[in-house]
Amino acid sequence: MSNHVYDIVIIGGGPAGLAAGLYGSRSKLDVLIIEKGVFGGQAATTAELENYPGSIENCTGPALTERMKHQAEEFGTKFVYDEVVDVDFSGNIKVVKGKEGEYHGKTVIIATGAAPRLAGFKGEIELRGRGVSYCATCDADFFEGLDVAVIGGGDSAITEALYLTKFAESVTIIHRRDTFRAAKYLVEKAMNHPKIKFILNSVVEEAKGDEILEGLVVKNLQTGEVSEVPVNGVFVFVGLDPITKVFEGKIALDEKGYIPTDEEMRTNVEGVFAAGDVRVKMLRQVITAAADGAIAAVAAEEYINEKFNK
Amino acid sequence: MLEVNKDNFEAEVLNYTEKPVFVDFWGDKCEKCKQLMPDVHKFEEMYGDKIKFCSLNTSENRRLAIAQKVLGLPTMIMYVNGEKAEVLTPDKIHSAADIEEMIKRFYK
Repeated sequence: MSNHVYDIVIIGGGPAGLAAGLYGSRSKLDVLIIEKGVFGGQAATTAELENYPGSIENCTGPALTERMKHQAEEFGTKFVYDEVVDVDFSGNIKVVKGKEGEYHGKTVIIATGAAPRLAGFKGEIELRGRGVSYCATCDADFFEGLDVAVIGGGDSAITEALYLTKFAESVTIIHRRDTFRAAKYLVEKAMNHPKIKFILNSVVEEAKGDEILEGLVVKNLQTGEVSEVPVNGVFVFVGLDPITKVFEGKIALDEKGYIPTDEEMRTNVEGVFAAGDVRVKMLRQVITAAADGAIAAVAAEEYINEKFNK
Repeated sequence: MLEVNKDNFEAEVLNYTEKPVFVDFWGDKCEKCKQLMPDVHKFEEMYGDKIKFCSLNTSENRRLAIAQKVLGLPTMIMYVNGEKAEVLTPDKIHSAADIEEMIKRFYK
């Protein structure tokens, strides 16, 4: 790989990274985004993003994030597919090591995001892609006319449950409490939906099936009663874990692995910023990720002006 | 890449014995599948002499996919003499490199 030094190297091509790319490139900075899998991040696997301002028409996650990528590209952001395996933030020029090459930047913006957490029931890993799913948009098609379950009680769980009703015969929401973190509007919509059933105060203990999912063993936490729910699919939305393993020991992380920053998205290491779901924050949404990205890019530009352009 | 469906799957995949058969199970709504597709086409150019490359649109062939125990996307399966020799379920596919590694195991 060349010794080219970018102004900003952004790790992660989700909404935070793409917004940072857009803002950086519009400021005529030399910006690279490194993405290991799919551009658009978690948003690209979200069915409908009707809570992102301005996206009421054609508001699918893939459509919105594709437009974000295109927009960043129009202003000159460069993209590369690579998986970051190590970083060296000790010098003035930051080094990001990928499987395919090494990238150098005056600044780095970490926008690696978060990944869906496993629910932790027996058979969950063995039956992934065989009935156990973490992506309703990807897999909903398979379950046309079949019965599915959704695990979780947050925005993602309820939104995706509503989406699944377009395909499945029935959608059973299994939630460990009887209250929901999801927006009230969504919960009401789900409660009134003829295809949606609820199993509350309950957890899934086991996924049963030989090669493909046939049913779930569900335990009521209040009564201890165990029952079997026959479903062909189960969609898990029980929360997220930050993707920060590669940064352990390189920058400060909180006890859950998220990156603490100040209001300008600065981490504890000079020249290294963080944006989006990977950051310690109250609300993890596309809109807050994009806002973080914009701030991080502007803060990075200020840092470059002070540090390198004097 | 040969598009397989319910009409030709048996002949082109299950009854085909000349070379291992790689099948890319994808769907209209699977963005990850679509982003991986150009790389899979590239792999066909690189490894197509010893491996047969097929793709199967699960949106149009749902029953066939489920019969092959595919219920999540993307899924990549290598068949040898009509039998499943290796299956990459969605959790095992982080990038195109994971697919290439599997292909290489059968490129002999």
